[in-house]
Amino acid sequence: MSLLRELPMSALTERLASGGVDLLIGPYVYRIRSNVAAIGQGLARLYADFTLAPNGSFVDFDVGLRQDTIAQKLRGQAQFLFDQQSPFDTVPVQQAYAFLEWGMNWCVSLHVNEYLKLHAAVVARKGAGIIMPGIPGAGKSTLCAALGLSGWRVLSDEHALITPGTIDLTPLSRPVSLKNESIQAIQAFDSGVILGPESRNTHKGTVAHMKADMAPHSHDINTVPAALMVFPRYSRDEPQELYHRYRSASFVLAAYHSFNYSVLGEDGFDAMQHLVSQVECFDLVYHDLDWAVAKMEELVG
Amino acid sequence: MNTPDFLLRDALLRPGALPRMSAADISMVISQARTSRLLASLAARLEASGALALLPESARRHFRSALLVHHKQRRDLLHDCESIRAALASVDLRLVLLKGGAYLHTNLAVSQGRLITDIDIIVPREHIEDAESALNAYGWESSQLDSYNESYYRRWSHETPALVNPRRGTTLDLHHNILPPTAGPTIDADLLFDSVKEVKPATFTLSLQDMVIHSATHLFHEGEFYHGLRDLWDLHQMLQEFPQLDASFWDGLVARARQLELDAPLCHALRYTRLVFETPVPARVVEEATGWAARLRQPLMDFLFIRAFRPSHPGCRLPLTGLALNALYIRSHYLRMPLHLLLPHLVRKAWMRRKDDSATALENK
Repeated sequence: MSLLRELPMSALTERLASGGVDLLIGPYVYRIRSNVAAIGQGLARLYADFTLAPNGSFVDFDVGLRQDTIAQKLRGQAQFLFDQQSPFDTVPVQQAYAFLEWGMNWCVSLHVNEYLKLHAAVVARKGAGIIMPGIPGAGKSTLCAALGLSGWRVLSDEHALITPGTIDLTPLSRPVSLKNESIQAIQAFDSGVILGPESRNTHKGTVAHMKADMAPHSHDINTVPAALMVFPRYSRDEPQELYHRYRSASFVLAAYHSFNYSVLGEDGFDAMQHLVSQVECFDLVYHDLDWAVAKMEELVG
Repeated sequence: MNTPDFLLRDALLRPGALPRMSAADISMVISQARTSRLLASLAARLEASGALALLPESARRHFRSALLVHHKQRRDLLHDCESIRAALASVDLRLVLLKGGAYLHTNLAVSQGRLITDIDIIVPREHIEDAESALNAYGWESSQLDSYNESYYRRWSHETPALVNPRRGTTLDLHHNILPPTAGPTIDADLLFDSVKEVKPATFTLSLQDMVIHSATHLFHEGEFYHGLRDLWDLHQMLQEFPQLDASFWDGLVARARQLELDAPLCHALRYTRLVFETPVPARVVEEATGWAARLRQPLMDFLFIRAFRPSHPGCRLPLTGLALNALYIRSHYLRMPLHLLLPHLVRKAWMRRKDDSATALENK
């Protein structure tokens, strides 16, 4: 099986524009189609170490970011495609890369119910999985990126995938999305960070993605048991602290962060209860990344 | 005339064949089914035939996920309908469900895996205002429209502007008829109310024959065909199952459609379910339903509908599909409204859209 980095740029561009490039990403195969230059460049930088799926593979998600009509080219717009249909309005072509990544998240958020899904970053150290749920802007991605640059394994920046009735986390490793000041904060944290194309003026401001499969075994598909749940919150004005959170309150908060808790019905309730009864829960208030990474190291001993 | 095959059709008709397809073909079937809003319906067929267990896990999980969404919609629907039933009961009205909501309250084949987007109900026209204010009191809020759209709905439509339950995120369409009063046929809605069936205490649906006629009317007056294949699949399921439930289903079906002035859409339904899904319809019923005018129009209608009833996938679109869809869009408008109403309406809408566009353009600057 070959890696994306073994494809020369010209072959990658060619394949993206014709039948699409099939990539193994966690438990899924994504087919990515595009005729926008930034997409090829971004994928070559951020997905270099991902495996190309063998020909004739089952494809889970057929996605694309393309300029298809003359009107789109004239107006500098591009559209996200899913199943070769466009579910959303067009976006400025300068924001294409961010929208492809969002679209790839959306496939999992909307169409997958074999797992209990939490809106959370997931990292692992010494075989222990840590789930970090958070609303957008809570600082989970920034902390996740910093951990990824400090020898931790990043299982996901967006989705905790938990097999109901277990504490098993299925890795869905993809680049980590950084927004606005987080981009500079992470560059200051580690000048060697590999970033993809910058998308400016999106509804979330400036967005850039970070190559996150730096740890060995980043693409191992085996599940990792969850050990802890940490609710991170970035705050410049409050003292930094790490403290225990009651399980009952954690249950309610984790359910709030779930994409499909209610779709799963009673099984969702049981799955969440099992998870919360098995993992210890913490709140982490931080503004200094070095401090936060050190605290996380303490937690896993 | 035979329509060219597409993989989704084969999978729906012969679910047992899916596990023998190649991995690439199975992904294509899933993709076409998702696009056509038929993934959960196909999943239910696979589950019932035992074929689901024979599929590789990579494919099976998509079908299971779709079924979970369907089950969730069914749970939500029963909950929402209870609130609607209570609201209507407070003003002595009965809950009569239409389309998806009606199917999901039955154990009919058409309900298996059927996804819904909103709830449709019908009340007698003279009670529509009572119904609306009762629903408002039970948490179903009327949409805020500008005065043109509001008066358009009230005067020319067969439904009120959609009601929304903001806490539950559900949309409710409140009808007093099944076609707008501006459309050609003038349907006597009392005929529909006279033959409703109670499916559970104080919850009603149309009779089996009327369900088919309504589904056909809705589909063949439609201007956009995103759900066209799904709606045709509904009709196929009904036409296959209903004669087994009621031995006299075929007798009087055409006469009932004539009585409601809806024989044209029924004739289309009988033709295109047979052409696309090989639905067994007795020859005498087809003969009875197809008048000379329908026969004359058939080549043109075949050209249009055979293109509309395919997944909107580049791999299985027929040539000239864009043209056919545009023609059907225009057709739907003149079916709904005579030209002296339609033209001013379209001009007004175009003008309002222009104003909206320039307003947003200004805001963006």
